[in-house]
Amino acid sequence: MSEQTIDLKKRRFLTNATGVVGAVGFGFVAWPFLSTWKPSSKAKAAGAPVDVDISKLESGQLVRVLWRKKPIWIFKRDENALLSLNSYEVIDNLADPNGTGNSKNQQPSYVTSQFRSIENTESIAVIVGVCTHLGCSPTYRPEPGAADLGGSSWKGGFYCPCHGSKFDLAGRVYAGVPAPTNLEIPPYKYMTDTLIRIGTDPELS
Amino acid sequence: MNLTLKIIVTFAALLSINSFAASKVHLDHANTDIFDEASLQNGAKLFMNYCSGCHSISFMRYNRIAKDLGLSEEQVAKNLMFAGKKTGEAITTAMPNDGASNWFGGVPPDLSLVARSKGTDWIYTYLRSFYPDESRIFGVNNKVLINASMPDVLWSLRENQSEAEFDNSVRDITNFLDYVGEPAKLIRLKLGKWVLLFLGILFILVYMLKKEYWKDVKYGVWRPRD
Amino acid sequence: MNNKQSWIDQRFPLTKVFNEHLAEYYTPRNFNIWYFFGGLAILMLGMQLLTGIFLTMNYKPDAEYAFASVEYIMRDVEWGWFIRYLHSTGASAFFIIIYLHMMRALLYGSYKGPRELIWILGMVLYILLLAEAFFGYVLPWGQMSFWGAQVIISLFGSVPVIGPDLLVWILGDYAVGDATLNRFFSLHVVVLPLILVVLVFLHIVALHTVGSNNPDGIEIKKVKDKDGIPKDGIPFHPYFTVKDAMGAVAFLWIFCAVVFYAPALNGYFLEAPNFIEANPLKTPEHIAPLWYLTPYYSVLRAIPPLFGSQFPGVLAMFAALLVFFFLPWLDRSPVKSIRYRSPIYKWILGVFVVSFIMLGWLGVQPVTPLYVLLARIFTTLYFAFFLLMPWYSTLGKTKEVPERVTG
Repeated sequence: MSEQTIDLKKRRFLTNATGVVGAVGFGFVAWPFLSTWKPSSKAKAAGAPVDVDISKLESGQLVRVLWRKKPIWIFKRDENALLSLNSYEVIDNLADPNGTGNSKNQQPSYVTSQFRSIENTESIAVIVGVCTHLGCSPTYRPEPGAADLGGSSWKGGFYCPCHGSKFDLAGRVYAGVPAPTNLEIPPYKYMTDTLIRIGTDPELS
Repeated sequence: MNLTLKIIVTFAALLSINSFAASKVHLDHANTDIFDEASLQNGAKLFMNYCSGCHSISFMRYNRIAKDLGLSEEQVAKNLMFAGKKTGEAITTAMPNDGASNWFGGVPPDLSLVARSKGTDWIYTYLRSFYPDESRIFGVNNKVLINASMPDVLWSLRENQSEAEFDNSVRDITNFLDYVGEPAKLIRLKLGKWVLLFLGILFILVYMLKKEYWKDVKYGVWRPRD
Repeated sequence: MNNKQSWIDQRFPLTKVFNEHLAEYYTPRNFNIWYFFGGLAILMLGMQLLTGIFLTMNYKPDAEYAFASVEYIMRDVEWGWFIRYLHSTGASAFFIIIYLHMMRALLYGSYKGPRELIWILGMVLYILLLAEAFFGYVLPWGQMSFWGAQVIISLFGSVPVIGPDLLVWILGDYAVGDATLNRFFSLHVVVLPLILVVLVFLHIVALHTVGSNNPDGIEIKKVKDKDGIPKDGIPFHPYFTVKDAMGAVAFLWIFCAVVFYAPALNGYFLEAPNFIEANPLKTPEHIAPLWYLTPYYSVLRAIPPLFGSQFPGVLAMFAALLVFFFLPWLDRSPVKSIRYRSPIYKWILGVFVVSFIMLGWLGVQPVTPLYVLLARIFTTLYFAFFLLMPWYSTLGKTKEVPERVTG
């Protein structure tokens, strides 16, 4: 009865073929399940770009808007503030003033001015208000010479109450603080001279 | 095996009972095709013009319609959207609920799922079954939904179209509502045949594998059969 | 082998368990198509657990948001519709499989000694599964969810003396509401699944202790070769792993055809009124439970109220379920399999199956005098099948049972 020989090669081939096709099927099934974790249409709609009217924004004033559940600061810097951002007293104390080192990925490529804003709109800064250390939101401390932040050496900027990280008025991080990189700049574009859309790149709508 | 077959046949017979049999009015066959994009687009336009003033389809987002109906978001924004809405938002009517209760004696229902709860034939027949009835506030009644509190909003459409054209317009609205009832239908009907094809191939392989292994049993190789 | 034990085997009996339950678990070689359904039931349990876990991630057990959250899953969550249809179709498919699995036991006498405990565990599983499905159907919070729950829970109000208090206790409110939905959610996603998994494990342990029955109803352990291996047994692995895999793929093909082409299955898997949000002020024209509950619903409606109380109907409904437990002791036939039973028994089993299906069909029909009469007739036949079994199971001439399995 057992003269019928078993074709082991055929058996191995069929086992492997079934295994491979079954594994592909497993992948096909896994994909929908993993996809359910992606942001839903509702989350995407809630994370849609936000428009901010800056026509009434005064020098030194900072407004906060929420975009994708993160605070976004839009604030206007006066002439003195911009001068200070360019001064050696500030730049020499920064960790990565040009954003070419650790902070290389903290701003979109079209944010090219030395003040970390879109060219020709230098006075307006748009920054994600989340500390790059552990995610607290730093406080806005624009007044130069604040006694609790080092007196005359403080040229205005942001101070994180959680672990004491300091940033200048362009969101650049000072050296020797816990935060590793400059504050992030979100994608944004000017719809008109006084209307900023946060969350979209200039070449997109 | 014979009994298995009998059970399957009995179940199949039971399944043929129509689940929408509750309404006794004769319903015309809507004959819609969810893959007819032009029909869906026209239905969307008609819905936004004639229905959305009162009825929300609040489970539906504008940008989903754009994506599924082959329209750009600009086209949807220009032709289908209410002012001040964003493309990611749900399609809700601007009519306040209090006003609606006063005008119609109730809030017009959300139509997101009307095609699933009533069926396309019902919508198609309902929209074509208004007749004059002076005893009603709006001067019309409906053969399908007796004493409907909805006015005959499509009357202007019917006056300007032939009967066949009007039927087509209503069919397009029905088709659109069918899509709105289950947008995933577009995906699942397209995907289904590939899934079944894949499982078919897997079945052939696993069938051959089973046959190969069971040769042992057949010829008593794994252990003398005595 | 022992001195070359793997790292794991020194710490956990992996090889031992694998051998005892797969590679050296000897299974009758003559299994037919009816023997696919046990494995398929485990497949369905896995599918329901997996899809259920993913649905829970987006579902909101709150009367205010539940209905909308299901539509959120169907539209806004990527592939959410697929997971939801797998789960809703899975529920019905699970019951089809379970009913066929039970039918197998009736055909081949798998409930008879020494497998009484497997049968009892299985019946507990079946009843818990009915409860699990009932709780699950409340969650979408549509009209059928709400009114179905209302009707079924109201039954507890008919219990003498404690009924009204019991009703309010189950509801957690004075009507089906948010509290009810929330506790049913907990029962559906945590309590019952845990118990089901444990009981399935015990069901299989009990099965592997006594060994599987087969279409001939013969104990294969009675005829062993010199190594103590049943002569009619073959190792479960690889022979039945590949065979069950084949059955699983064939089943999935049919299952996916429903999921992709008819997920509502003409109102049998997803009822049309359940696409309208629950409204305590408006009862749907026609309330029917989902098809897998309808035989018992029919029994309930068939029993006339006594002194204005529905309680006798409720008792009959539960009796219709509980009577299954006694089957191993009601059946006094000397043979197990239908193949060798008397023709009388074959007819009676046929009548029972028809009665069960007819009761199921009547459960979705409106109440008319004719249907009530039919429901009473079939309810009587249903109970007669069990209660007269000690008598008729000994009648007629049985065929001689062979020594070894056939086919």
